[in-house]
Amino acid sequence: MALFYIYILLLFMVIAAIIAVETKDLLSAVICVGAIGFGGSLMFLFLRAPDIAITQIVVEVLGLIILIRATIARDLTFITGDREFFGTVVSVVILLVIVVAGIRVFNTMPEFGVPVFARIPETASQVYISRGLADTGATNVVTSVYLDYRAYDTLGEATVLFTAVIGATAILRSKSRKRLEESEA
Amino acid sequence: MPYALCFLLFMIGLYCAVVKKNMVKIVLGIMIMEYAVNLFLIMLGYLSGGVAPIINRADYDGQTQAIAAQFLNASVDPLPQALVLTSIVISLGSLALMISICIRTYAKYGTFDITEIRRLRG
Repeated sequence: MALFYIYILLLFMVIAAIIAVETKDLLSAVICVGAIGFGGSLMFLFLRAPDIAITQIVVEVLGLIILIRATIARDLTFITGDREFFGTVVSVVILLVIVVAGIRVFNTMPEFGVPVFARIPETASQVYISRGLADTGATNVVTSVYLDYRAYDTLGEATVLFTAVIGATAILRSKSRKRLEESEA
Repeated sequence: MPYALCFLLFMIGLYCAVVKKNMVKIVLGIMIMEYAVNLFLIMLGYLSGGVAPIINRADYDGQTQAIAAQFLNASVDPLPQALVLTSIVISLGSLALMISICIRTYAKYGTFDITEIRRLRG
């Protein structure tokens, strides 16, 4: 039954993605991408990843606000025409080559519903599940991985986020600091 | 076959990022690719009929500090979940950066069209 829901949600996400790509109105495209994000959040619930689902909803709301801020109240939210013909043809041919290469990879993939760690004993995932509670005291194994076993990963994530925010503020600032001081003086 | 649909989602995003000439559309294509990759990684760890990796009181033996074998065999893979959690938050940061570049470009050139911006350079 869970597989049925997963198929329905995946089809919903693919349809929303096609609409988001092909619609001429930018605001509709942004809202369709939001639909993909919330569908993905439901998918995570069905895939037994509640932590990811919660994070995805929060990030999705913030991302939608940022995207709508960029597209709303702009004069030219309607798009006219595609790129020149030759470039489009070359891109589509390259994309088809990637599709063919990707389909070959599917033969080597494990069956859906059989995680990779189930085939190999004593992988990191198995160790985290069996020893996570004793080592870190967290009943949620994802928490024990996220905040204890791989805490440096989380530190790096915070650094990347901080850098991105600094970059965004530096780009969005309309006046340089020097000019601000001059206008005050 | 869920993997194939996920791959299709990724290819739609890649098509959008490569072919479209509106800057916001390119950002949306990158967002779609991010969703597809996150979903794919979570799918790799999914166990059919599995439970979320949250340990119940019944599955834990306080004396020997051992987890019940029943939970070990039923839990989905927690490692991709922890890594995807990082990736989702980073995607928000990169989205903010990309959109701020779009807003500044619009303020300077008055258009989101990348071919127009290329034409205005010289």
